Amino acid sequence: MTPLNETESFVLLRLSERRFAVSAGDIAELVAPSRIFRFPHQTKEIEGVILRRGRIVPVIDVAARLIGKKLTSRRFYLIAQRRYTAGTEWIALPVTGDCELISAEMIPASAADLPHVAGWLSHDGDVIEVLNLNALTPGPSPAPLSAPAANTVRQEAFS
Amino acid sequence: MRLPAPAKAPPVRTEQIILFRISGQLFAVSSASVQEVRSVDTLAGSAREISPSEIRKVRHTVLRGEHHLYVVNGALHFNLPSSPAALVFVLRRTRTALLVDGIEKMTTMSRLQALPQAFCNDERNWYRGLTAIDQTVIPVVKPEGFLTPDELFSLDSALDPAVTPTGEDVAVSEGAPGSVFDPGSSISNPSSLDDVSVPSDSASPLP
Repeated sequence: MTPLNETESFVLLRLSERRFAVSAGDIAELVAPSRIFRFPHQTKEIEGVILRRGRIVPVIDVAARLIGKKLTSRRFYLIAQRRYTAGTEWIALPVTGDCELISAEMIPASAADLPHVAGWLSHDGDVIEVLNLNALTPGPSPAPLSAPAANTVRQEAFS
Repeated sequence: MRLPAPAKAPPVRTEQIILFRISGQLFAVSSASVQEVRSVDTLAGSAREISPSEIRKVRHTVLRGEHHLYVVNGALHFNLPSSPAALVFVLRRTRTALLVDGIEKMTTMSRLQALPQAFCNDERNWYRGLTAIDQTVIPVVKPEGFLTPDELFSLDSALDPAVTPTGEDVAVSEGAPGSVFDPGSSISNPSSLDDVSVPSDSASPLP
């Protein structure tokens, strides 16, 4: 008897002509671009921050790393949860097109894959990279992919 | 029947801040961290140029009591385009006098959000966090972040041996009449003084 393959939910995002996938459990929402606030810093991947639901969310352009060029236009921000050793925080990823929720079976990444690749899935005839946001986006130190999802959101020094 | 008294909401903790600009960029600093605000004009007589070092953001020092304060160019510190500074903030419990373009206003913040962890470089030493004022996100600077201990050591070492960090240079300390950092000195723009009234030591910043 062959065991049934387990399917998971993913959000497909578009960066220019390419599509990538992120585990749906890591996605908070998809929002229209809003005003970016910029201030001096030295983390080159971060464009600035946006205000969303009372939180200050860093905008991280992952296109340069994934498709080799920065995005010149964006249609939405995909708000995702980024896990750190000290908790989970929202990050905003600019995307250039609609996002799509799908169910698919993920083939885990191999040792030969880049660190930001969590796995692969097949959809509509395309083979799509599933992104490991912890490895793809900047942070103080790499956090394990399977960090507990119940970590509290660390947002405020005081309120 | 007597209804129970409604639970009192905990008092909102607030902190008074000064919004200021460097090269057009808006920053905030706790007013409790600013000991004095001076016009750069009043620095001219007492600031002493120091020999160029690898710390480009510091070109002058001012003797204050027994210590030398280092005058930090805020634009160079934050890698912003240079701009003419009009004011100097003497930052409490530091050896920094910060050059700024000007003061936007004083206001109160009720919420300071920790710098998102995605920011993982020097900015973590620059800022206490971020706050939103009038729907604008403003970084709140960390007074002790303008000069690292290593930079202070390097600057102290670069000073003329006659001008030690312990303030042995009598010529400078006594020869600079009306040092701009004397408590009795006045700021060149009296209207600004009202705007930037120096907070007392007893001001209690939020934890």
